[in-house]
Amino acid sequence: MSIHYKPGKEPHPREHRLIFKNIDRADWDNGIDCYLRDGGYAMLQKAIGMEKAAITGEVKASGLRGRGGAGFPTGVKWGFISPTNTKPVYLICNADESEPGTFKDRYILHQDPHQLIEGMAIAALAVGAKVAYIYIREEFPHAATICEKAIEEARQRGFLGKNILGKEGFDLEIFVHRGAGAYICGEETGLIESLEGKRPYPRIKPPYFPAALGLYMCPTIVNNVESLCHVVHILRMGGAEYAKLGKPNNTGTRILCVSGDVQKPGYYEIQVGHLTMGEVINDLCGGLKPGRTLKAIIPGGSSSKILKAGETYKIKRGAEVVEMGLEELPMDFDTMAAAGTMAGSGGVIIMDDSRDIAWVLNNLNTFYAHESCGQCTPCREGSLWMKKISDRIVAGQASPEDVTTLESVAYQIDGKTICAFGEACSWPTEAIISKFRDELTSHTRPELADTPKNPVTEKAMASL
Amino acid sequence: MARRPLVKNFTKGACCGHPSFHIEPLGIFPDPMSEPTVAPAATDAKPSVEMVNVQVDGVWMKFPKGMRMIKALEEAAKVIPHYCYHPKLSSPGNCRMCLVEMGMPSRPAPGQSEPEKDEHGFAKIQWIPRPAISCANTISEGMGIRTASTMVEEVRKGVMEFLLINHPLDCPICDQAGECRLQEFSVGFGRGQSRFQDEKVHKPKNQDIGARIVLDDERCIMCSRCVRFSSEIADEDVLGFTERGSQTVLTTHPGQRLDHNYSLNTVDICPVGALTSKDFRFQMRVWFLKETPSVCTGCARGCNTEIGSREGVIYRQTPRQNDDVNSTWMCDQGRLDFHWVNSDRRLIDPMLKDGAHHRTTTWPQAVSAVADKLRGLRGDQIAIIGSGRMTNEELFMLKKLAAALKTESLDIVPRTGAADNYLVSADRNPNTAGAGLIFCDRPGSTLATIRQKVASGEIKAVIAWRENLLEQAGFTVEELSQLEVLVAAHVMANAMAELAHVVLPTAAWSEKRGSMINATGRLQRLNKASEPPGNARDDWEVLRDLTQALTGTNGLYLVEDVFKSMATEIPELGGLSLGKIGEAGLPLLPSSEVIPLLHREADRKTRGIIVG
Ligand SMILES: Cc1cc2nc3c(=O)[nH]c(=O)nc-3n(C[C@H](O)[C@H](O)[C@H](O)COP(=O)(O)O)c2cc1C
Ligand code: SF4
Ligand code: SF4
Ligand code: SF4
Ligand code: FES
Repeated sequence: MSIHYKPGKEPHPREHRLIFKNIDRADWDNGIDCYLRDGGYAMLQKAIGMEKAAITGEVKASGLRGRGGAGFPTGVKWGFISPTNTKPVYLICNADESEPGTFKDRYILHQDPHQLIEGMAIAALAVGAKVAYIYIREEFPHAATICEKAIEEARQRGFLGKNILGKEGFDLEIFVHRGAGAYICGEETGLIESLEGKRPYPRIKPPYFPAALGLYMCPTIVNNVESLCHVVHILRMGGAEYAKLGKPNNTGTRILCVSGDVQKPGYYEIQVGHLTMGEVINDLCGGLKPGRTLKAIIPGGSSSKILKAGETYKIKRGAEVVEMGLEELPMDFDTMAAAGTMAGSGGVIIMDDSRDIAWVLNNLNTFYAHESCGQCTPCREGSLWMKKISDRIVAGQASPEDVTTLESVAYQIDGKTICAFGEACSWPTEAIISKFRDELTSHTRPELADTPKNPVTEKAMASL
Repeated sequence: MARRPLVKNFTKGACCGHPSFHIEPLGIFPDPMSEPTVAPAATDAKPSVEMVNVQVDGVWMKFPKGMRMIKALEEAAKVIPHYCYHPKLSSPGNCRMCLVEMGMPSRPAPGQSEPEKDEHGFAKIQWIPRPAISCANTISEGMGIRTASTMVEEVRKGVMEFLLINHPLDCPICDQAGECRLQEFSVGFGRGQSRFQDEKVHKPKNQDIGARIVLDDERCIMCSRCVRFSSEIADEDVLGFTERGSQTVLTTHPGQRLDHNYSLNTVDICPVGALTSKDFRFQMRVWFLKETPSVCTGCARGCNTEIGSREGVIYRQTPRQNDDVNSTWMCDQGRLDFHWVNSDRRLIDPMLKDGAHHRTTTWPQAVSAVADKLRGLRGDQIAIIGSGRMTNEELFMLKKLAAALKTESLDIVPRTGAADNYLVSADRNPNTAGAGLIFCDRPGSTLATIRQKVASGEIKAVIAWRENLLEQAGFTVEELSQLEVLVAAHVMANAMAELAHVVLPTAAWSEKRGSMINATGRLQRLNKASEPPGNARDDWEVLRDLTQALTGTNGLYLVEDVFKSMATEIPELGGLSLGKIGEAGLPLLPSSEVIPLLHREADRKTRGIIVG
């Protein structure tokens, strides 16, 4: 069966499309008939014939790591539901997609909602959930409507509801829940609080690990949209076969969301680790803009640490350790970790030499200052302080000591907070300062040391 | 609250609590960074509790399994600064002030069956590079905790700095100054210097959020204690946060006010001056207050309190922890019921009725006037009506007076209202149980008969002690007017005193030492916070003098002696003394009464939601 895509939307030859197979397809719509014509829901049918443990077993064998940011093995996560549990189990699809630089889940929600619903139904069967939620950020009103329609279609056809596909006792209802526009609702315990109707204040872990004390204090599995879609393909291919995609411990495909200073920014589904950073820029994205040179890359969403052009990294290749430049780095979880950053949510932000790093830093600080939930002290107070300092750096109103203070503020947040937002807001600052200290300092004025300043940050914050 | 040292228990007015067991490491605690030594295990721990070994600042100790880290550290006499944690509330872990360095026992190296051991035979500790909150984590076998390492010191400095950058630092006009954890912990753990050069965040100040409470949002450190108190303890989910990040503000939900009868407890537990009591704010710097442990006399619960006074004037009353009575809370009504003590309606001189008016007199004259008036009457012509607001000692002396007068018409005036399912008891007298034990068999049962006999003229004299019979007991002016003798001992001027032939001014509960028995049969002690005004006197002394004037006998010079002689006559009090009661009181009489608020707290403790 050959698939046709809309003109100009054809996948790059180096892509490997599983999850995005139907994105931008010609003659494709998000209705259930279209999905069924294409063999949709066959994997749910297959799952129904399997033992619960066998489904989780296939996912474990596939080596799938979560695509939401943390890269946690999905099968292992499902295995955390205690076998002796007697409470209801909930499944939550995290469709909050709010990490700057990340724009993949939205295409699935808009164009291929049934792939997600099928993945969720299989996951629900495996973990024993009878109720599941799709938590959609408020900025995707259309996606919510589409998902609701798709859920209704699936129920009409017996893929949701009671005794699904005739399997006695396999009941599942999926509900769409819309957020109110806060980044922190993507953090799984914040999401759970929000779903419970409260402020999305992330919970402390321990004791509130979702798999034990999640939604309504019941065992809960939270997975990213993309992660759940992979489950369909794992069942189709078998875990072992799926694991042959990508690289060991970095299996499968994943969608890279490339933005910034490249010729063709966009989404690209690749086998994990099969392309280097340079290949992503030059092959997939048509290279940098004319006359520009690479300055830096944020490889896994705004929370990941920046990588600077010209740096070298010591990366394990098999048994040996090799030194690599930025553009030689393969795009996979382990390599990004070894390079001191993370593959995160797949949001790759490319910056060329036209970018002012102080502005980049300030842009990130501004985002995090605005999105901190405000629950815990270091992040609440530190995120805005960082923004205020970098406001002054950008405005030429800072002294070199301010850069030092800024760096220390970041370290005062890092590792001391309730949720990973603390790292999300401090890591970029730490990395940018350590790698671009001179450039930042060049914006500062030594004579400003120790003079109190009164910039207009208040007003700026108020208008955000 | 003046000069309270860095706290162990973080509740205003909390006593030390009653740790179920004690850790006594021998010798001096070593430098946390030096090699570990071993302290003997706790010996008096209950054997049924499974104990685990935990290394605290280099010393191995034993604690009950599953104990919260912060509790274990408290038992180990470590000072752990904290804001959001409160033993009676859930732990959100939001302030990050209680962070400590934590380690877990190392695992065996590959190929080894045993992990590497330290010289005490415990697995070597693998220290975790990120700090852990001690308020919500529990201890486990082989765990290590450092409370004074460089990491911990740096973390505390950082959190303190963050808390202060946007804080208004209006300490000079802040009621919390002097008992402010922000002040205390900045001195104890802060950087001592500010690196903040930018404009602070500004938020609403002076917000009227309840009948008795004002909120200053700039001072709020968002610890959420008040929010949790309102929803978890008072079941009035009226507080919450809006906005986010540094702009977060505490506020009441739309259309709601912080008006419940326990609202002022939020002021107590607010670690800073964000929530202030309208009644107390700007009245007195807290360091001038003398604190006297006492008991609220608003109802039969007998909530333990601390009376804050300066130079004879009471400025506030706050709850004092007693986990058998009121936990760490009290109701607003009881708390604020003290302004009358300093009011100008207090009776300050004994008075004799002279025609239509009263004239002031001396105590000896007043006492002999009473004796003279009563001497000519038979016992069955006299009634004595006491009060459930009197102490045991006073009721005992009143009984002695009754014996001297040979009257058997004795009772107290019942005072009831609705119980509130928290602390407030339906019995609004604080010492009905004491009256039943000491003064009259079934309090309230003969009052109607007495009234009848007063109306019929059978009873010709009434001694009313601390009760306005017109108000509480339903006597009419006509009934009381026809009495030959009406003696009124009271603290406040009132309509019945207007009718009395002799008026005796006595002391408020805060002006005396003595004991009472609460609704659950607990014997508790009042202490003297200030002197009675003018020539008003302690009730028991007046009663002693009256009895002496009638019988010529005496021998009691101290209220302690009254208790002693009471203890020889009343078997339940045998072997006790006022001193032995202690500030926490003693269970005395059997009781099946369940205190609703405590019951729910016990349940939350069992479920691990609170430390308790
Ligand atoms: C501040 C913050 C924001 C996050 N936002 C998202 C998000 O928008 N979408 C998402 O899937 N995961 C997000 N995560 C990660 C989730 O907490 C969680 O790890 C993830 O949904 C698990 O799914 P996965 O295992 O399939 O990756 C966020 C985490 C943090 C700390
Ligand atoms: S780290 Fe930031 S976002 Fe996370 S709980 Fe704390 S304040 Fe909220
Ligand atoms: S709460 Fe009051 S006393 Fe405490 S630091 Fe703030 S202004 Fe000062
Ligand atoms: S008002 Fe006080 S108790 Fe309430 S959150 Fe603020 S600091 Fe905490
Ligand atoms: S006391 Fe606030 S985090 Fe532990």
